Amino acid sequence: MADQRLDRRDFLRLGLVAGPASLVAACGWDGGALLRPRLGTISRFNDWVGEHVLLSSSRLAPTYDPGRRSGTMPSYFISDATPLLPNPADWALNVGGLVRKPTRLTRAMLETFPRVSYTVKHHCVEGWTAIASWTGVPVATVATLVEPLPGARYLRFDSFDENYFNGWDLKSAMHPQTILAYAFNDQPLRPDHGAPLRLYSPIKLGYKLTKYLTRMTFTAERPGGYWEDQGYPWLGGI
Amino acid sequence: MTSSSPPLPTTASSPASPRGIKRHHGLVRIAHWLNAVVLLGMIASGLQIYMAFPHFGMKGRVYPVPNPFDANSLHRGFPEWSRLGGWLAGGLNWHFALAWPFVLTGLVYLGFLVMTGEWRALVFRPRDIRPALQMQLYYLRLRRDHPPQGKHNALQKAAYTFIVLLGALSTLTGFAIYKPVQLAWLTALFGGYELARYWHFVSVWVFIAFTLLHVALVFLVDPASFRAIVTGWYRGRFPSHG
Repeated sequence: MADQRLDRRDFLRLGLVAGPASLVAACGWDGGALLRPRLGTISRFNDWVGEHVLLSSSRLAPTYDPGRRSGTMPSYFISDATPLLPNPADWALNVGGLVRKPTRLTRAMLETFPRVSYTVKHHCVEGWTAIASWTGVPVATVATLVEPLPGARYLRFDSFDENYFNGWDLKSAMHPQTILAYAFNDQPLRPDHGAPLRLYSPIKLGYKLTKYLTRMTFTAERPGGYWEDQGYPWLGGI
Repeated sequence: MTSSSPPLPTTASSPASPRGIKRHHGLVRIAHWLNAVVLLGMIASGLQIYMAFPHFGMKGRVYPVPNPFDANSLHRGFPEWSRLGGWLAGGLNWHFALAWPFVLTGLVYLGFLVMTGEWRALVFRPRDIRPALQMQLYYLRLRRDHPPQGKHNALQKAAYTFIVLLGALSTLTGFAIYKPVQLAWLTALFGGYELARYWHFVSVWVFIAFTLLHVALVFLVDPASFRAIVTGWYRGRFPSHG
């Protein structure tokens, strides 16, 4: 019978492969100071692929019959308590940055614009989904109004939920299903879902959908985001 | 059905060579071990991601699919040592980074099989069914002599064909839950986002079961094949290539 023994060299080679592999798996390792930035670089590249290869500016997310709405739609904010405006009557959305006509839009003004309503599936980065209906004004409609300058490449959405904010690529922001929503399941948007106005889009993960909006700013530099700056994928496109 | 098989790829060295016969091309060996490490990382980071919502189905409407790992008051989910990434964002970044070498290694390996004709020694075809049954009888000790075989026996062909298909399934279900809107057609193919996520998870356990069986068979049946996947040279009990 031929030699079946594994010589020491073979075990050494196996160890070279299995050693680091088990070390990596043996702890909740995020890559450490050495690898975490590399993973971030790859994440940026995945964002680029997501925006320029996989994202279509016209493909619509599937819509559902309102009868299929989920019984539960978790509310979420980073403040200790539901963020509320001290004086809701004074609220307005400030639209500015690299635009020709910076504008201040009250809720009443927003409700006079042509509205978009849909029942879509919400995808959370955690892996759960829920179906709900949303009504609002397309971000693209507001953009037409303020006339972005040629240098504008991104949008930054700010909120009054502590320092929560998000940065968006213009391609996703101008998608026909990306709206500034003021109604949820046929009712005026409730404080636990981001009243008086929130961003909604079925083409992004939930953490990209800024609630409690105060400001919408066109920028040349890529804005980060509350979770994005902590390591979550920046594009969050689905 | 004819009894003659198409010519199998021939190797330069004869069985008489002291080093044995050349069994695995360097590219195949690199792909094999790279895949082993990358798959381990994919699984560990995948378990980290799973822990963010350790159920299947929609919010408040858990699907009645079998899931022994559904986290509840009794079962807290996967232990920290089995996970990679530390938290959800870390798990996602590892997973989406390792997905590149996982898919690229698979494509290079498949490209190599096609270009060299090596696929003939690996792909399980209908004519392999009867030899596969004979192999099974041999393993069950209902047949005394080892059936004649080429580079791989028919059961090995079945296993190595299956694992490539499993890799394809995990990749496609992965894309289906990565971009369920842009690739809505693919997501629909697997029964929607929630079920695609479930099939993606099931593929993990099939990978693990395959790996355990694969390693057990190497050391129980043909330990010399371990040297072959490391050095490329085989000098064990089944040197037949004809």
